[in-house]
Amino acid sequence: MKIAFLLRQLALAMALLAAAPAWAESGQVHEYSLDNGMRVIVKEDHRAPVVVSQVWYRIGASYERAGITGISHVLEHMMFKGTEKHGPGEFSRIIAENGGRENAFTSRDYTAYFQQLEKSRLPVALELEADRMRNLLLPEEEFLKEVRVVMEERRLRTEDKPEALTFEQFNATAFLNSPYRNPVIGWMTDLESLNIDDLEDWYRRWYAPNNAILVVVGDVDPDAVAGLAAEHFGPLKAEEVAPPKPRTEVEQKGVRRIQVQAPAEVPYLLLGYKVPVLLTAEESWETYALEVLAGILDGGQSARLSRVLVRDRQLVAEAGAGYDLHNRQQTLFLLDATPAEGVDIDTVEQALRGQIRRLRSEPVSAAELERVKAQVVADRVYQDDSIFYQAMKIGMLESVGLDWRVGEEYVERIQAVTAEQLQAVARKYLIEERLTVARLDPQPMDAEARARARAAQRGGGHGH
Amino acid sequence: MRKYCFLLLGLWAVLPAQAMEPIQHWVTDKGARVYFVPAPELPMVDIRVVFDAGSARDGGHPGLARLTNALLDQGAGDLDADAIAERLESVGARLQTGSRRDMAWVALRSLSSEQHLQPAVEAYRKVIATPQFSEGVFERERRRALVGLQQAQQQPGEVASRAFHTELYGDHPYATPSEGTPESVQALQPGQLRAFHRQYYVARNAVIAIVGDLNRARAEQLAASVSADLPAGEPAPELPVVEDLTAAQTQRIDHPSSQSHILMGQPGMRRGDEDYFALYVGNYVLGGGGLVSRISEEVREKRGLSYSAYSYFMPMARPGPFILGLQTRNEQVDEALQVLRDTLNTFVEQGPTEDEMEAARKHITGGFPLRIDSNSEILEYIAMIGFYGLPLDYLQRFNDRVAAVTRDDVRDAFQRRVRPQRMVTVIVGERPSE
Repeated sequence: MKIAFLLRQLALAMALLAAAPAWAESGQVHEYSLDNGMRVIVKEDHRAPVVVSQVWYRIGASYERAGITGISHVLEHMMFKGTEKHGPGEFSRIIAENGGRENAFTSRDYTAYFQQLEKSRLPVALELEADRMRNLLLPEEEFLKEVRVVMEERRLRTEDKPEALTFEQFNATAFLNSPYRNPVIGWMTDLESLNIDDLEDWYRRWYAPNNAILVVVGDVDPDAVAGLAAEHFGPLKAEEVAPPKPRTEVEQKGVRRIQVQAPAEVPYLLLGYKVPVLLTAEESWETYALEVLAGILDGGQSARLSRVLVRDRQLVAEAGAGYDLHNRQQTLFLLDATPAEGVDIDTVEQALRGQIRRLRSEPVSAAELERVKAQVVADRVYQDDSIFYQAMKIGMLESVGLDWRVGEEYVERIQAVTAEQLQAVARKYLIEERLTVARLDPQPMDAEARARARAAQRGGGHGH
Repeated sequence: MRKYCFLLLGLWAVLPAQAMEPIQHWVTDKGARVYFVPAPELPMVDIRVVFDAGSARDGGHPGLARLTNALLDQGAGDLDADAIAERLESVGARLQTGSRRDMAWVALRSLSSEQHLQPAVEAYRKVIATPQFSEGVFERERRRALVGLQQAQQQPGEVASRAFHTELYGDHPYATPSEGTPESVQALQPGQLRAFHRQYYVARNAVIAIVGDLNRARAEQLAASVSADLPAGEPAPELPVVEDLTAAQTQRIDHPSSQSHILMGQPGMRRGDEDYFALYVGNYVLGGGGLVSRISEEVREKRGLSYSAYSYFMPMARPGPFILGLQTRNEQVDEALQVLRDTLNTFVEQGPTEDEMEAARKHITGGFPLRIDSNSEILEYIAMIGFYGLPLDYLQRFNDRVAAVTRDDVRDAFQRRVRPQRMVTVIVGERPSE
């Protein structure tokens, strides 16, 4: 459960057309390409007179080099600070007056901007998005305020959250040279030294129609959407977009282990195994098998972590597992846990690793495997209740360089996974040599104890 | 949590005819009130049973309602927690339990075909009506709840929210946190949970909301089946009246965080309040409209003091809180608090401008279709309408009522209802060293 939270942490949120013809069918996907290289993907869903529009850019924290971490996310904030045509904040005001909701989010692999609107307002959103794709002004006085907002955001999301802080340091330990070691929000000192020229440069390099995907889902006529997209985005000039250097993570040579000391009440444990993703795997079935393994461990209350560790042995208050096969680069198969009251964190680590050992040593039962698959089949239906999520799925895949059809195959590929394959990937990837462990070691919370600790530290410091 | 509050507040309306079928309403033989909206497009069903069994019913044992709710699916009828989870998950069903101050609920999402829905409902009705509350399970879940309380102590926002409610509500049942306190949770006994369940998880204290791929006959069957094992019982009594604050109070709590969390406010309004629309539209201008509100403009856009600065009313059975909040680096507390107070004072004195009113009305009415564009959102609304006894045409009339709110209505309502000089202010963070 907590893993879901951590995975979300990786993505930071900031802040039409004629009625569909009677023959229109929900669920159909239509693809278009503009002459400047921009892709347009439209999916029909006629359940309600609404539309979601998302512009995805192939740029995120994993494109950033040392010293400018967090720049993609700061630029996302600056995208609301005005163009020639529309002053700072104007974008948000116009969307609001049209009854819309809007926001944006940055992750390791992409940055996306979205509006949710009554369907007749779609042109408003497309015009504004096209305008800020190439015409952002980036006023320095706005930047100086906004970067302070982002620092507050960093304090809120990471600095003052002991578990998030542990995750950040864990991640930077697990990856040596892969850009996945950097937090999406950036290191504080990088934010402090960021300047407007850095942002100008970043914006010119990545914000171009040939590096963007427009995804529209809702009660729309796809050809009419394509027409609007051509009208607004068509005139924009393409840019030379150099693909980022590969920065493939070096092979890990043994367990890595860190301790994070922070004021806290409750210890916390994180384990991560280096595993391939769909884009890097030699055999794609391996990644679907890893998805199923995460389900065997954490796919509901009947899954192993909840059943064995929470309820039966009562060693943990919470435990979770997670993996995302759609990342752009090699990623981590994650486990985390909060010890139950009075249970030693060593015991908890042994128990989690015991669960991993069991995946290696014995085949998963048919009933467990069927339960994971039944949930995946049902989730596929539930997901369609949200047009926003339907658009997300398409955009996430396309922005990392996978085809949106990969999402359509997901259920089938999961259903094909066998118990032998589960054991094979567990034996190949969930092994010591690929493991990183982090522990949160709680430090006193109250003011007096903190003062004593500081004094002791200072005292100790003189000796060195 | 706050996101959820916004969701409940986001109850604006007037529907385009095709967006949502009218709400159907009936009462089961046992006396549970049912609210149903057919949604045949996707082969799935959502059902949520809501009881007037939130922490306002804790009766001097903070945490009782929450722990009772948390134990429902940990053993019921002849099934233990493993068996319940297996039955639901082997057909892909999702069970969710939860509770807040006013209410406690048990929700089920399932595929609508009979071979999926039927086994899921079998387990679901046991969870609602015949939980076991066995000693061993009770002890385990209480220990987990205590860890949760310790974790809450790590979070300045949680610490602030708990202190804020305590100050705001004094002796009223809304004062205590739904999760309870370490002492109160430590003192709970399984017998208390059984008694709480017997009194409050009863048909006449329940609202059943159903949305999905069902016809009326199947929905009636479903509602009858999930309430069949419940005793009729009695509706919960009315909650006590909330007293107005008589003086300003400020509380500073030390916390080892780089930011201070500030919460300021007073008791606000109840569901169905006569000033609901004026306060709701007015608050959109003041601090409810994301980046375009006055508070966000003054605190974040102009000064870069906070990532999130907002205000909202949380309407409840009795007046829920009116809250203004932000988080800022410890050294900026005084400045940020001053800006927040000035913004509120100016707004209460002068009210919104005509332009702001126009923008607010356009946003709220123009965005109406978004509020009911999914089964899960429709479920949320009809459960709320049913629980608080709002009229069935509440959604249909909503946009007209929003459109009718004038600038004077807003200023008048804020001046009568909001008292900036008698607010509770809670600041949680590390005091900057001199």
